[in-house]
Amino acid sequence: MAEQNKTPTTGHEWDGITELNTPLPKWWLYVFWATILWAIGYWVVYPAWPSLSGYTKGVIGYSSRADYAGEAAAAAQARRVWTDRIDALSVDAVVADSELLQYAAAGGRSAFAENCAPCHGAGGQGAPGYPILADDDWLWGGTAADIYQTVQYGVRSDHGSARLSEMPKFGADGLLDEAAIADAAEYVLSLSNRSEDAAAAGRGQTIYAENCAACHGEAGRGMKEVGAPSLADDIWLYGGERSDIVAQITNPRQGVMPAWSGRLGDTGIKMVSIYVHSLGGGQ
Amino acid sequence: MTDTAAGPPRAAVVAVERAEPLYASHDKVYPQRVAGRFRQIKWAALVVLLGLYYLAPWLRWDRGAGAPDQALLIDMPGRRAYFFWIEIWPQEVYYLTGLLILAAFGLFLATALAGRVWCGFTCPQTVWTDLFMLVERLIEGDRNQRLRLDSAGFSLAKAARKLTKHVVWVAIAAATGGAWILYFADAPTVLAEIFTGRASATVYGFIGLFTATTYLLAGWAREQVCIYMCPWPRFQAAMFDEHSLLVTYEAWRGEPRGHRKAGQSYDDRGHCVDCGLCVRVCPTGVDIRLGQQLACIGCALCVDACNGIMAKVGLPGGLIAYDSLARQTARSRGQSVRYRLLRGRTIAYAVLLVVVGAVMLSALATRSTLDLNVLPDRAPLFVRLSDGGIRNAYTLKIINKNRERQHYRLTADGIAGAGLSVLGVEAGADGAIELTVEGDSVGTFRAFLRAERKALAGESTPVTMALTEIDSGQSTQHETFFSGPKH
Repeated sequence: MAEQNKTPTTGHEWDGITELNTPLPKWWLYVFWATILWAIGYWVVYPAWPSLSGYTKGVIGYSSRADYAGEAAAAAQARRVWTDRIDALSVDAVVADSELLQYAAAGGRSAFAENCAPCHGAGGQGAPGYPILADDDWLWGGTAADIYQTVQYGVRSDHGSARLSEMPKFGADGLLDEAAIADAAEYVLSLSNRSEDAAAAGRGQTIYAENCAACHGEAGRGMKEVGAPSLADDIWLYGGERSDIVAQITNPRQGVMPAWSGRLGDTGIKMVSIYVHSLGGGQ
Repeated sequence: MTDTAAGPPRAAVVAVERAEPLYASHDKVYPQRVAGRFRQIKWAALVVLLGLYYLAPWLRWDRGAGAPDQALLIDMPGRRAYFFWIEIWPQEVYYLTGLLILAAFGLFLATALAGRVWCGFTCPQTVWTDLFMLVERLIEGDRNQRLRLDSAGFSLAKAARKLTKHVVWVAIAAATGGAWILYFADAPTVLAEIFTGRASATVYGFIGLFTATTYLLAGWAREQVCIYMCPWPRFQAAMFDEHSLLVTYEAWRGEPRGHRKAGQSYDDRGHCVDCGLCVRVCPTGVDIRLGQQLACIGCALCVDACNGIMAKVGLPGGLIAYDSLARQTARSRGQSVRYRLLRGRTIAYAVLLVVVGAVMLSALATRSTLDLNVLPDRAPLFVRLSDGGIRNAYTLKIINKNRERQHYRLTADGIAGAGLSVLGVEAGADGAIELTVEGDSVGTFRAFLRAERKALAGESTPVTMALTEIDSGQSTQHETFFSGPKH
């Protein structure tokens, strides 16, 4: 009984300091050894150690990269249920099917972020020289079919079916002199009620009717067949200040959009078109 | 060793030079059978707790067609937890948090009041070990018989007994694993699947895991879990105080101890007759006469044992009893002190328990079946339309916690003359927008709000979107804003 109150030491002594020994149970030690054995087994079975130029592959040939490839293939296979249905329909028919519309808009959203957002901005918010896709102002038409065609063949791209148009270089080619261009610009400003010089605007109207109305329309509302923008709203591709308008009439910039057929599959183009159509301005 | 003036004795640690191994072999514990009040309480707790565990998944609760009819169910694939009439969605996991907090405070309160009652009466390790020990005692006999059986050489009879015991243990362990699964799947369905081999690999895997762990921990590890693996014993010093009721040996009354012949008086000696029964019945093998120690799980079986012996030798019971340190110290000096169950610590725990419980109950009571979230587009913040107007786009998420499909009316207030439209939804004749969301799901919609530039209050105008459930009239709203150009 008296012994129970005395605790044995480990037997060492350092500078008069001893260490009490309260023994661990042996099973604790055995479990520790078991974990070491388990680790060695793990090294044999799974990829474990780096070698000079690679790594130990493990006897069952497991690879997390191969696992991922399998999962990606399975996901692609699952997606085919939807993409097959989309492939079989035209763009307008997909828009009419609400279930497919949801799927296409979601798929188009991710394709847009990767392919289109670098120029057209996140969410289609646009930038100077790159049209805003989120509004209801369209250069080449805002129906799903129009957008589909634009994305497929591009604008002034290398593709044989690209949308083409060319605004004459009124200033650079000497078609109009500076004063005429200034008056025309004033008239254009007046179309969106921003003109300060009524007289110049009046002169500009005549110049407009002779030179610009053929493409931009009698009232300046634009013409989608030739991609001529509406001049009567407050949405400007190259800037809406007087100097911007003068610069565009003098030496017009002709934007280029690549053709995506060949880069994205037909399904991808359909989905991205539907997404753009659903941004709010689709017609 | 006793010093009655200073209170209960403390074991002095004296270092002794001895070459002992750093790792000790397991001294197997053979608890002896005992009868008494606390043993009965333990049996009752065991029956109630195991009954709850094994039978609760079989309770049914009708929730209508298409919904699970099990009262207690955690539906992992469906991301729902069902508790009778309560249905918890993943974003309401704070109910589980609240439950855990309640459990923690309840445990702290119980421990502050009555010591390690959790360990000794209700801990799953204790309950299953107690059950396994009962099986062992029924098959192999009481303590002396088991000691003899273990030290006997190999024989067919011994092997048969041991095998029977282990088979019964594995069966109980498998039933435990199976019962676990029943909380996560519909009990009648999955039980049939398990026995016909049609259950998933996950199910069999978990059953295997729980069978192995129950068998190992309750059959083999037993008190080693309490002494070496569980963290709860190790901070009991922070859980008790001098007024907590603990299993205590009254050393001032019992010492000096020693065997006693019939007829000897109790002058100059203590009441402890050193029968050793308190040590033999202990499931962790401690000697409570050494005082409070980590390995004593407070199951009070030694109390029953000693009271039985005291009754036989004609002495008053309570030589080992539930008592507080303060009372023991006072009584060792011949004084009497009241129990102090109501004190700062216990009152604080009780108040916290009530407060947290009340918060959870009120959260449950005010839980609505409808929620609206409005996420304004950030790219672009706003869009100029060709007719001069400004438009914002929003993503609406409507959470419908009803079981049936619901129809809602959506409105937006805050800007005069603003026009609201939702992609894919035709506005009604009066411009009213009606949205439909399937039951028990989240509906996502894309909404557009168009306003005249002059109606805006600058770069950011506050807007409130309101959603009204057409059937019940219940409504909710979400404050958001309308972005516009700088003027």
